[in-house]
Amino acid sequence: MAELEYDDAKIAGILERTETIAMVGASGNWVRPSHFAMKYLQSKGYRVIPVNPGEAGATLLGETVYGDLAAIPDDFQMVDIFRNSNAAGRMTDQVVAIKNKGIEVIWMQLGVRNDAAAKRAEAAGLTVIMNRCPKIEFGRLYGELGWSGVNSRIISAKRPRLHSRIGRRAVSRHG
Amino acid sequence: MADRGKHQTAFGFETRAIHAGARPEPVTGARNTPIYQTTSYVFEDAEHAADLFNLSRFGFLYSRITNPTISVLEERVASLENGRAAVAAATGHAAQFLTFFTLLEPGDEFVSSRNLYGGSLTQFGLSFKKLGWTCHFVDGTDPEYFRRAITPKTKALFLEVLANPGGIIIDLEKVVEIGREAGIPVIVDNTMASPYLHQPLDWGADIVIHSTTKYLSGHGTSMGGVVVESGKFDWTQGGKFPSLTEPEPAYHGLTFYETFGDFGFTTKVRAVALRDFGPSQAPMNAFLTITGIETLHLRMERHVANAQIVAEFLEGHGRVAWVSYAGLKSSPYRALAQKYLPKGPGAVFTFGVKGGFDAGVAMVEAVELFSHLANVGDTRSLIIHPASTTHRQLNEEQLLAAGAGPDVIRLSVGLESVDDLIRDLDQALG
Repeated sequence: MAELEYDDAKIAGILERTETIAMVGASGNWVRPSHFAMKYLQSKGYRVIPVNPGEAGATLLGETVYGDLAAIPDDFQMVDIFRNSNAAGRMTDQVVAIKNKGIEVIWMQLGVRNDAAAKRAEAAGLTVIMNRCPKIEFGRLYGELGWSGVNSRIISAKRPRLHSRIGRRAVSRHG
Repeated sequence: MADRGKHQTAFGFETRAIHAGARPEPVTGARNTPIYQTTSYVFEDAEHAADLFNLSRFGFLYSRITNPTISVLEERVASLENGRAAVAAATGHAAQFLTFFTLLEPGDEFVSSRNLYGGSLTQFGLSFKKLGWTCHFVDGTDPEYFRRAITPKTKALFLEVLANPGGIIIDLEKVVEIGREAGIPVIVDNTMASPYLHQPLDWGADIVIHSTTKYLSGHGTSMGGVVVESGKFDWTQGGKFPSLTEPEPAYHGLTFYETFGDFGFTTKVRAVALRDFGPSQAPMNAFLTITGIETLHLRMERHVANAQIVAEFLEGHGRVAWVSYAGLKSSPYRALAQKYLPKGPGAVFTFGVKGGFDAGVAMVEAVELFSHLANVGDTRSLIIHPASTTHRQLNEEQLLAAGAGPDVIRLSVGLESVDDLIRDLDQALG
């Protein structure tokens, strides 16, 4: 299977446009990767709505957990999938069926990839990112990932704007 | 927005040597990387502090674990090695210790080429034994010996492609194939080549270790080490690496490979081994090393050009018994050198003086311009008699196996006028 490659501009555009993310497989167990990602994305100003049938009705990091995507009353632009690749395929078809909620992007987490499902979603006009983590990509594109010695592949002699996105997000969310 | 990531076509080595990891400082606009001479960093609030301790967000906590100057060095070396991520340590030896601590459990084994820096032979063969780790040394010049030494407890293969001190080159691709079949990572100490001359990850190695003290820093100023991971090794195979795939008690049951994916290994090295043993690099050393790396490509070109001329001179000298430099037509490793190090097989090599041990000692005492000391990869030309210094802990059989027999002199050819270097060696040989 060929390695997936996405333009930095494409990923940055998604992270820029998205306001609300439905996170499928968000976990109340605070050492799970999905919990880390949810908390991090919240700190960057995104609203993250947790979806987890096993925890439906509970409150997770200040948000109500829904049993499935269709039950979410609000609009969301991205579905972030923390499930295995087969389950991600079924989830993708469900997203295609309910995409009038304003959904633009299906994002499958690190290690999750379903090319056939991605094709179906793309045919329905959705953007699909697979085998990536929005937390890691946000950190990479906005300069935080290098703090952990990760090769961001970003090279620029421009002076970075300090917390530009974070500030804007924080204002739009809280103000 | 100003710092939106654009899609980058791959930048050249020279550009990355100067820029990778080091954007202008956002608060002041400082163009050069500041030396963050600080132990610790103020938390935004209690929640931020907790998140940093739990590794659930990126940020600086305490300079034993992360420091902004050192982060630049880490990202830069990761970039030059075409790796996914890197973690720096106080020295190359510390980098090796942190790597094996992360890979091995007590009772585990690894296989190493015996054509290694003498300090690594001692670390692996003697000090690691006390921790319950067994290193089996093999003659790496025939990669099949690696395969034969693998047992169910073997967790890694280790080698220097361009070996110190002997001008020997190990056939990395064959070792990588053996590692793949066994489901274990191949670790290359790339100190002697530097990423300008050789990039082990491009040949399928999984982890690269450097003593940055040598060519990366390049000026004999600063100790340092670094571990780079390719991000391509599957740590789940065979259940061999519980440190990466099982919940970590030191972090409330966090599983590193699952959480950090293709930079899970270096994250584990940093968050557990570096945190708990503490051999972190000094920010000042990282700064000097970053500055050194900016001219790595220029320095390495001249290092190998000078080394070739000096090696050819010595080969033609009447008092020299033999020269072991893979750039010479006489070298049995010339073909491997052209394959793995097409820009030149380094600038550290050995030769034998006629007259054995005593002649070797006399030679190192007779030079004027070459510095007699225990280091390599300096701008200055260096000379040493390994049998009486760096390799003196080894017995005679080990000395010969390591390419450090009694008549052996090791040179690290520097950046001086090459005619001056030749004149000095000529007068010292008498």
